[in-house]
Amino acid sequence: MTAPSSGGASRDGYGEGLLRLAEDSRVVVLEADLGKSTKSCHFRTQNPDRAISLGIAEQNMMLVAAGMASSGKIPFASTFAIFTERAFEQVRNGIARAGLTVHICGSHGGIHTGTDGSSAQSIEDLAIYRTVPGMTVLHPCDDLSAEELTVQLLGHSGPSYMRTARNKTPRIYDEESVAEISIGKGSIIREGSDVCILSCGVMVSESLAAADDLNSDGISAAVVDMHTLKPIDSGLIDRFASQCGCIVTVEDHSIIGGLGSAVAEHLSGGLPVPIEMVGVNDQFGESGSPEELMSKLGLCSKDIQNAAHEAIRRK
Amino acid sequence: MHVNKNSGGMGLDVSQLQELSRKCRLSIVEMVHKAGAGHPGGSLSAIDLIVGLYGTRLRIDLTNPDWTDRDRFIMSKGHASPAMYSILHQVGFLDYDDLMGFRTLGSVCQGHIDMKWTRGVDFSAGSLGMGLSFGLGCALAARMDGSVREIWVMLGDGEMQEGQVWEAAMAANYHSVGNLKVMIDRNRIQNDDFLEVQMEVGDIAAKLLSFGWVVREIDGHSMSEIVDALQWAAGINDGPCAIIAHTVKGKGVSYMENNPSFHGKAPTDDEFVIAMEELK
Repeated sequence: MTAPSSGGASRDGYGEGLLRLAEDSRVVVLEADLGKSTKSCHFRTQNPDRAISLGIAEQNMMLVAAGMASSGKIPFASTFAIFTERAFEQVRNGIARAGLTVHICGSHGGIHTGTDGSSAQSIEDLAIYRTVPGMTVLHPCDDLSAEELTVQLLGHSGPSYMRTARNKTPRIYDEESVAEISIGKGSIIREGSDVCILSCGVMVSESLAAADDLNSDGISAAVVDMHTLKPIDSGLIDRFASQCGCIVTVEDHSIIGGLGSAVAEHLSGGLPVPIEMVGVNDQFGESGSPEELMSKLGLCSKDIQNAAHEAIRRK
Repeated sequence: MHVNKNSGGMGLDVSQLQELSRKCRLSIVEMVHKAGAGHPGGSLSAIDLIVGLYGTRLRIDLTNPDWTDRDRFIMSKGHASPAMYSILHQVGFLDYDDLMGFRTLGSVCQGHIDMKWTRGVDFSAGSLGMGLSFGLGCALAARMDGSVREIWVMLGDGEMQEGQVWEAAMAANYHSVGNLKVMIDRNRIQNDDFLEVQMEVGDIAAKLLSFGWVVREIDGHSMSEIVDALQWAAGINDGPCAIIAHTVKGKGVSYMENNPSFHGKAPTDDEFVIAMEELK
């Protein structure tokens, strides 16, 4: 099965963002054979002198990026999310510990990746990069926001990890609203007063669908796109914890260490309102269509609605 | 010491370089003894190469350690930090008190070399196998910039058991980086024991040749051979090259020489006195 790879997947937004950055001669792109998949290939086509092919060797790629960063370049290194994990210690010791500004993009993140099966479905990437001191962790929900956040990384100091998705999901932003987003700030997609759904990545559209159905049941649900998992927008979380009195977190990622954990870590220190976490429940995926897998692993609108009812009940 | 920013090195002859090595060896043993910890063996095996590099070639600016167009020295075997600190002391980046703070809280002389902590250090090492990749990144950036700067990387032989080294070796040849020059400290000992007991890396020259590199093997304690080899490497511009330097772990201190137990151990007070006497 080949899903459309243009016109909406967040990885396409990353590719577009790189093209917009190309006019800055410091920007270099590093690939580990998967440029056609991560969408860095478009930058390569237009700027072959600033695209470095490093073959299927992710550990080497991370330190080449570090060396270039130490020499005044702004490297964007991309591969599948799961294969960035292979080079975790290189990212930790070679990039982040040295305080070098390298932007890593892991595409095909999460269960939503689909038919390749569990070997390709990173469900722990956001967690592991969140543990690295000084690392910014991003997970945009559509192509437009991925493009905007990629462009914003040009002025961002310090290492970052951005997870993008393989498959297209409905656009959340338009040309106007996407101009409002900013690294480190959650984006309020819908206001609400009974429950707040904090969501990221491909689950934002699913969260909006859940909010629609909850509204039909007379429940006012806010939806926030938490495209930045680190630094987490604690002010916004506080506001909605206070306003709604309960939280649902939603992510195509393990419930251990991802968005839900980030929110719980923050709220446990101040406003410990009920939190329900929708995510992958400490298990590996398998082959299947994105829809089948999301259904089987409990990542659908219905699951979000159930979590919202439970969070409200626990108030 | 005077470092010539433009022509590189300090303009020292072989006997002056040998004397500089002796001073560095004293510092290495002294700081490890003072700290009660550290890696003297691999520092003493590597120091002649490092002195040769700083003494005859490296273009750095003592008044501006971050000078963009400086040559780079990427010390991949970052546990041999006393060797690095001893030469940085001799060129003037570190003072004696800095050396004596080695491995203590807040010291600019961290246990493993760290570019965030120490002026004149180009790489944060300590986890083996990463420096050649970093050097390749520096080399690619220098080429993009049209810069003449040379990128020198030092690897340990035990470190070459790391697969990443060979990822980088393949990529360096593929990208034909003529400004990347590697020195390999072939001392045949790693943390637990001799390489031949732990995991023999074998014929490094043949391996690198098959990866498309050019190589030269030398006695890593013969200063004249070191100086010649550095000049040879500097003249190679069409691809990566390596100097495989056959060395003796712990060189210069009798009881440390070829002794695996001094890979990562400080001398006792009695042993320290002996070492100071031998290095006079």
